[in-house]
Amino acid sequence: MVTNQASMKRDGIQDYVTLRASAAVIAAFTFYMVYVFISTENMTFEIWQGIFSSIYMKAFTLAALVAIMLHVRVGLWQVLTDYVKPYRLRAALQFVLNLIAFAYVAVGLFVLWGV
Amino acid sequence: MQLTFSIYRYNPDVDDAPRMEDYQLEVEEGQDMMVLDALIALKEKDPSLSFRRSCREGVCGSDGMNMNGKNGLACITPLSALGKGKIVVRPLPGLPVVRDLVVDMSQFYTQYEKIKPFLINDQKQPPAREHLQSPEDRAKLDGLYECILCACCSTACPSFWWNPDKFIGPAGLLHAYRFLVDSRDTATDERLGDLDDAFSVFRCHGIMNCVSVCPKGLNPTKAIGHIKSMLLQRAV
Repeated sequence: MVTNQASMKRDGIQDYVTLRASAAVIAAFTFYMVYVFISTENMTFEIWQGIFSSIYMKAFTLAALVAIMLHVRVGLWQVLTDYVKPYRLRAALQFVLNLIAFAYVAVGLFVLWGV
Repeated sequence: MQLTFSIYRYNPDVDDAPRMEDYQLEVEEGQDMMVLDALIALKEKDPSLSFRRSCREGVCGSDGMNMNGKNGLACITPLSALGKGKIVVRPLPGLPVVRDLVVDMSQFYTQYEKIKPFLINDQKQPPAREHLQSPEDRAKLDGLYECILCACCSTACPSFWWNPDKFIGPAGLLHAYRFLVDSRDTATDERLGDLDDAFSVFRCHGIMNCVSVCPKGLNPTKAIGHIKSMLLQRAV
């Protein structure tokens, strides 16, 4: 594991499980949000704030954001290794995209903190 | 009835770049023929046209090519299956072209070699005559052993196009599973260990082009799914 982390070598099984597990969390969050929008006739700021003020919803949202980050990390590595062959460019793109995925989690965390 | 063929032509010794060349072929009204027979007739007109063929009955897998955008064996693909318009014939996609419709299959065979396509049995005293197998165990090989390595599936697979040096490809993986489920083979763990990386198996994203084009009606995606399950079981 240490060697894997140090060499940035991907683990096929770990990636396979991560992709599916994170997809399940993202799908569950999406379905729940769709249900919220369909079941709420007039969505107001107060209702919206009320939904996200629950600690369970905060944990669920954070789990969804982390799942997106993990999904992006594995998924985009696969896409980049398919289409971007120069390794320096690929490493740079991977770095930027992972940073953006992390920024989503960080911003999401601060937003949830503020609710 | 006159049929028009547009055929990929490239001779690296003479041509700077590949080109598509049109050919006309007179076929009796209501008569059908296989694409290979049409190509042989066209070769009589233009002997420089190159393609591979051998058994001409879908057994040897030599004449895999791309016909109207879909890979298949020319010898068992009737012209009537390709519609009424112009018939476009190209070499198998993704592999280097040696000449016209002949491709260099080295990358394909290198991947096939990686899966050790032979029975490994570490039994100290091998049976005098043969390794016996129950009918149930033998039935597990159905849908796997029939592969003729024509490369139609692997060259229709985008994952193989982008990573032909790392991804085994559907044909190789179908054969890998054939040996993994063979009750006479004792190297299951070694075989799974060889496939346990991010590319060899896990580059299959279930696109299923392989299933769509296999001229023998096999299902490499299903076999790859079984290998993934075996790798997962081994890891947890």
